[in-house]
Amino acid sequence: MAFTDKNIETMDSIIARYPRPRSAIMPLLHYVQSIDGFVTAEGIELVAKKLDLSTAEVTAVSTFYTQYKSKPVGEYHVGVCTNTLCAVMGGDAIFAALKEHLDIENDGVTADGKVSLEHLECNAACDYAPVVMANWEFYDNQTVQSAIALVDGARAGNPPAPTRGPNVLPTWKENSAVLAGLNDGHAHEGVQAGAPTLLGLEISKVKG
Amino acid sequence: MTTLTPVLSEHWDEKDSFTIKGYKRHGGYAAAAKALAMEPDAVIQLVKDSGLRGRGGAGFPTGMKWGFIPQGDNKDHYLVVNADESEPGTCKDMPLLLANPHVLIEGVIIASYAIRAKKAFIYVRGEVTHVVRRLNQAIEDAYKAGYLGKNIFGTGVEVDLVLHVGAGAYICGEETALLDSLEGFRGQPRLRPPFPAIAGLYARPTVVNNVESISSVPAIVARGAEWFSSMGTEKSKGMTLYSLSGHVVRPGQFEAPLGITLRELLDMSGGVREGHQLKFWTPGGSSTPIFTADHLDTPLDYEGVAAAGSMLGTKALQIFDETTCVVRAVLRWSEFYKHESCGKCTPCREGTWWLVQLLRDLENGKGTAADLDKLLDLCENILGRAFCALGDGATSPITSSIKYFRDEYIAHITNGGCPFDPHAATLFASAKAGA
Amino acid sequence: MTTAELVDMVTVVIDGFEISVPKGTLVIRAAEKLGIQIPRFCDHPLLDPVGACRQCLVDIEINGRAFPKPQASCTIPVEPGMIVKTQLTSPVAEKAQRGVMEFLLINHPLDCPVCDKGGECPLQNQAMSTGQGESRFEGVKRTFEKPINISSQVLLDRERCILCARCTRFSDQIASDPFITLNERGALQQVGIYEKQPFESYFSGNTVQICPVGALTGASYRFRARPFDLVSSPSACEHCASGCSLRTDVRRGKTLRRLAGEDASVNEEWNCDKGRWAFKYITSAERLTHPLVRDSAGDLQEASWPEALAAAVAGLGGKQTAVLVGGRVTVEDAYGYSKFARVALKTNDIDFRNRATSDEEREFLAAVVIKSTPSYLDIDRADSVLLVGFEPEEESPIVFLRIHKQVRKRALKVTAIASKLSIGNEKLKSNFVCVAPGAEPAAIKVQELTSKSIILVGERASESAGSLSAVVSLAKESGAKIAWIPRRAGERGALSAGAIGNLLPGARPVNDTEARVDLAAAWGVDSLPSQSGLSSDEIVNAANEGQIEALIVGGVDPLDSANSQQMLNALKKAFVISLEISHSDVTQLADVVFPVAAVVEKSGSFMNWEGRSRSFDLAVESFQRSDLRILSMLADALNAPINLPTVKSAAKEFDSLGMWDGAGAEFTSAPPSGPISLGNNEAILTSWRRLLDEGSLQAGEENLAGTARKTVVVISPTRAQAIGVVDGDQVSVSNAHGSVVLPVLVESIHDDAVWLPRNSRGSHLLATLGVASGSVVTVVKE
Repeated sequence: MAFTDKNIETMDSIIARYPRPRSAIMPLLHYVQSIDGFVTAEGIELVAKKLDLSTAEVTAVSTFYTQYKSKPVGEYHVGVCTNTLCAVMGGDAIFAALKEHLDIENDGVTADGKVSLEHLECNAACDYAPVVMANWEFYDNQTVQSAIALVDGARAGNPPAPTRGPNVLPTWKENSAVLAGLNDGHAHEGVQAGAPTLLGLEISKVKG
Repeated sequence: MTTLTPVLSEHWDEKDSFTIKGYKRHGGYAAAAKALAMEPDAVIQLVKDSGLRGRGGAGFPTGMKWGFIPQGDNKDHYLVVNADESEPGTCKDMPLLLANPHVLIEGVIIASYAIRAKKAFIYVRGEVTHVVRRLNQAIEDAYKAGYLGKNIFGTGVEVDLVLHVGAGAYICGEETALLDSLEGFRGQPRLRPPFPAIAGLYARPTVVNNVESISSVPAIVARGAEWFSSMGTEKSKGMTLYSLSGHVVRPGQFEAPLGITLRELLDMSGGVREGHQLKFWTPGGSSTPIFTADHLDTPLDYEGVAAAGSMLGTKALQIFDETTCVVRAVLRWSEFYKHESCGKCTPCREGTWWLVQLLRDLENGKGTAADLDKLLDLCENILGRAFCALGDGATSPITSSIKYFRDEYIAHITNGGCPFDPHAATLFASAKAGA
Repeated sequence: MTTAELVDMVTVVIDGFEISVPKGTLVIRAAEKLGIQIPRFCDHPLLDPVGACRQCLVDIEINGRAFPKPQASCTIPVEPGMIVKTQLTSPVAEKAQRGVMEFLLINHPLDCPVCDKGGECPLQNQAMSTGQGESRFEGVKRTFEKPINISSQVLLDRERCILCARCTRFSDQIASDPFITLNERGALQQVGIYEKQPFESYFSGNTVQICPVGALTGASYRFRARPFDLVSSPSACEHCASGCSLRTDVRRGKTLRRLAGEDASVNEEWNCDKGRWAFKYITSAERLTHPLVRDSAGDLQEASWPEALAAAVAGLGGKQTAVLVGGRVTVEDAYGYSKFARVALKTNDIDFRNRATSDEEREFLAAVVIKSTPSYLDIDRADSVLLVGFEPEEESPIVFLRIHKQVRKRALKVTAIASKLSIGNEKLKSNFVCVAPGAEPAAIKVQELTSKSIILVGERASESAGSLSAVVSLAKESGAKIAWIPRRAGERGALSAGAIGNLLPGARPVNDTEARVDLAAAWGVDSLPSQSGLSSDEIVNAANEGQIEALIVGGVDPLDSANSQQMLNALKKAFVISLEISHSDVTQLADVVFPVAAVVEKSGSFMNWEGRSRSFDLAVESFQRSDLRILSMLADALNAPINLPTVKSAAKEFDSLGMWDGAGAEFTSAPPSGPISLGNNEAILTSWRRLLDEGSLQAGEENLAGTARKTVVVISPTRAQAIGVVDGDQVSVSNAHGSVVLPVLVESIHDDAVWLPRNSRGSHLLATLGVASGSVVTVVKE
């Protein structure tokens, strides 16, 4: 997709956040994904031009970080944590079930382009294990059934809301813009904390 | 019996705890105002006196770190908050930021003022969109309220705060890799010296602190160093967040004085899941050597855990019961280190590649007893030989698990495969059992 | 010279031996000084320490405090009280190194028998010294598709790569061409390019040379030879005036490759791709093997040497003769031409400047350059560098690297006075003073320099009247040093050898009687011609007008001449003796042709821009004679012997003459030319030769040519708008002679100027337009 003048303006505002332009490469790549869905050749060339870098230097960065995708992902990118704790607690079973249910492998995308699947490393929500992420929103305490409901909902265009996140699951591109540092106005939505987060506080209050 | 001490988490149960209004309801930003009325050096001294140590894993005294920044050098100084929480088992900073991003911002104002930094960054991992949203909004609101910007509280103090979102790389939790990443490079660790305090971000004096460390500062300023140091143990002062996860009845966050034991935490939260026994656990994430039931009474402070042969790390207590195959657990961690190795140095890059192959064979019953010795020897060739601590961390689960569970490894060899039923270890299995 | 700089010394103990080294020395290099070789891969003395491969781990303690774990000796500077134990005395270091070596080898293929690096491979060698014979790895090795072309010249076998990052650090830190990078992460990390931007760097060959394994190979050498079958000779590069030391590797009489030689004070350990990969011209099918003589029917026929010499003598008989020498002669050959002109032809009509020149330049060379002693060290120490008529990256690439080193190290200030901002100047972060072609003198005059500054003047400064005069007065006012950096390897030496009309060998002014008497005595002749000689342009004119009837032409390409048509006419008209390597436009028109030896086929020396002698030995056996030998034979045949039968004798005689210590020539300023008025769609032409272009010494090097920069016409945004073109549109640049049509690139260039490469594929300005700079052309959309 072509980048519009408005897009370029946004990129300039991202660059302006930093004392040195090169620091903006990561938000710019997130931003490229919010327009193109993944890190396209056009995106790399544009970022290189904006930051006065070689295209190789941009490639070096974009291929280092796993959130930057070199090929399209689904409108809803689903990640299943299969690091030890989540895997043991059910993440492996969930991941296996989703692969079978969607008939895709790790890093695969469904034919309708709606859902892609990836196994994740630890996502800092171990007290909510097993954890599934969709477009990097938390789906806590998942089961095989709830995860299948998530991807089925996503394919039907009405995914369930995240456990700790906005009221409606944004698309991959929409959330990529958030990761580029753009405010989508949904910060106030969702809970301030889930039950495990509050467990110690609750116990302390009960005990006085 | 140690009692819990909710300070950071004190108001997390209020629905609007993450808003500026909710934060100010309980005196939010008053500590920053107080600090800005002090001399910067007095703030550093206060934090030194409190005994606060880094909550990101290494436990380096925070006030001392601030004191290393050369003053009067006419250079830009930077504060960088490490919110790249990615160590397996570690899950304290993300819920903190979701529930109360303003406490971090207030800490940033105080710390920046103390080290004379006009620009601060929060480097938050990228796989947590809602945390990014909350932080971004909180920063916006703080600017609007005049708590950030060119003239904070009308004092003329300037602090700009930029939220920088990562993109999926565990190594960026290593402070020099984080700095390279923030400068727009591949997140690979830098040579030290020079240390960040002398040449950090953009080769300028820089303090890199963990979210929890910086978030602890407002309370220290508000209530005093003595209050803080009255909690905890001799060399490990204050309260901290312990994260309990895995095969327990009720996982979650517990804010307690340093030195509490796992037994105490299990007792107050309902213990290991019903009908099962504790088999092994990590005191501070996957990079810290595992413990067993023999360590239930080890004081969870920097010294206590070290004396017992591991590290306090991030106080990420991952609990595994007897249904868990330790070889499977260690293999999965090793795959994590292989996936996250940045590739810069040989021992980590090639070593983790090899370790995973050996462990896969062992888990699948294709290993030999000699492989165990080979594993240990390879770990010896990685530990202390790699460029940064990632390689060291990769060896911890392997060497510690062989130390405590050699027989289980041997059983895989003699059985010709894994003797465990993975289903028995899932949450679904216990849910059924409970039903 | 300044007095020796005082250096703080630090004493350390390594494996029980004490050694004092300068403060800041890395442990690995302190050990080297003791003869203790610590194995290493990523370490390179000219690259920033990185500590990535971990092969050089040693045990260190300082004042009794031991590091808890082995340290990378390539990253740690020595400190007082340091005790180092290497693999020789520390079992811990020894095991650490063995462990790292084992890790490096698990994913390295066992393809040494078919790998170009086999036999000269640091990994192979150190695996023998530091590794264990048997592998404990029984798993699956990492594999990649192999090999991939990262440019037309460089191939990459990723599975061989040990990720030391020498190549990527070189391309970034030294060449400032970050077109290869480490991509991906962890065990999948690999060197790569962006798919649409190949590794097109003028310095890419250095990465092949410093690769410690066979991961990077050069297309032209791949699978050609085993290192142990090669005979290596130290040599000097003939391609430009930087003066690189090279190594020429020959197998069975054929040059197979050339490598950068080590010379800390000149090229350090680098060279450019032209110096490395342009040598096929030596074995070209166009090489001349026998003398040729034009027969009565007007055809050139092979002849014996005596026949050819006789024909030459007969043809010259009593004719007024001048000598045109190309800019690629060795010092000894230039001395031969110089002496031949004066002694055998009794004329000062000789000029080595077969290119656009001026009288102002000839005066500048005789009055300023001949006595100046600039050096690379002056660049290292300069407080600022001013570039005039000179594009270092294109015209003297090692000078570029040296400036770049200081720009990177200490932000050395570089100012470039030019009409177009070049890629090289962007990399040097130069302050670009943009002037219309011809307007340089005014811009030079206002530069603020100090006595620590250096002005690097290229040969193209002569194309803008008054520029050299402005340089001279600027240097006089500021005390700044002047360095003249011609493009070709032979010009500086030819100047010293007196292959020019106003100077005799050793800086002796032709118009100085004492100097002539001194030289005549040394040469044992009665007298030397006293009239200042004609310049190359004047010689050509005189030949066309019949005042000069014969020409001796050595290594000259008429298409380099400022007025090539005139030159060709002159060659047609005069009796021409040509000394050439290969068939050329000159030999086509010559009456007698003598084949000469190429650089690798003879010994000799060049003089680089510093005036530093760069001597070399014969690398390839050949039956070809040097220019000098042929001139000596011809002089004998003319009964006017120059007595220079060998290169050695010429070098010795030239040396013994020494430099003239009498008064030198005085420089007379020349005025700048007036402003040029431009009509609609008119522009002033400006150009330079690119490093990689259609130069005759690059003939046949297709792989190298593939990395040349794209041929484009460059105009400013204003002009682009005026003629309605955007990047990539075809544009025609024309004058009465002809026109060139090329894609346009809109860039930072003076609005009045249009730039084209002078001699690149599709853009041969002298042949097509008859001019290369400073004249008005019409620029329109095609």
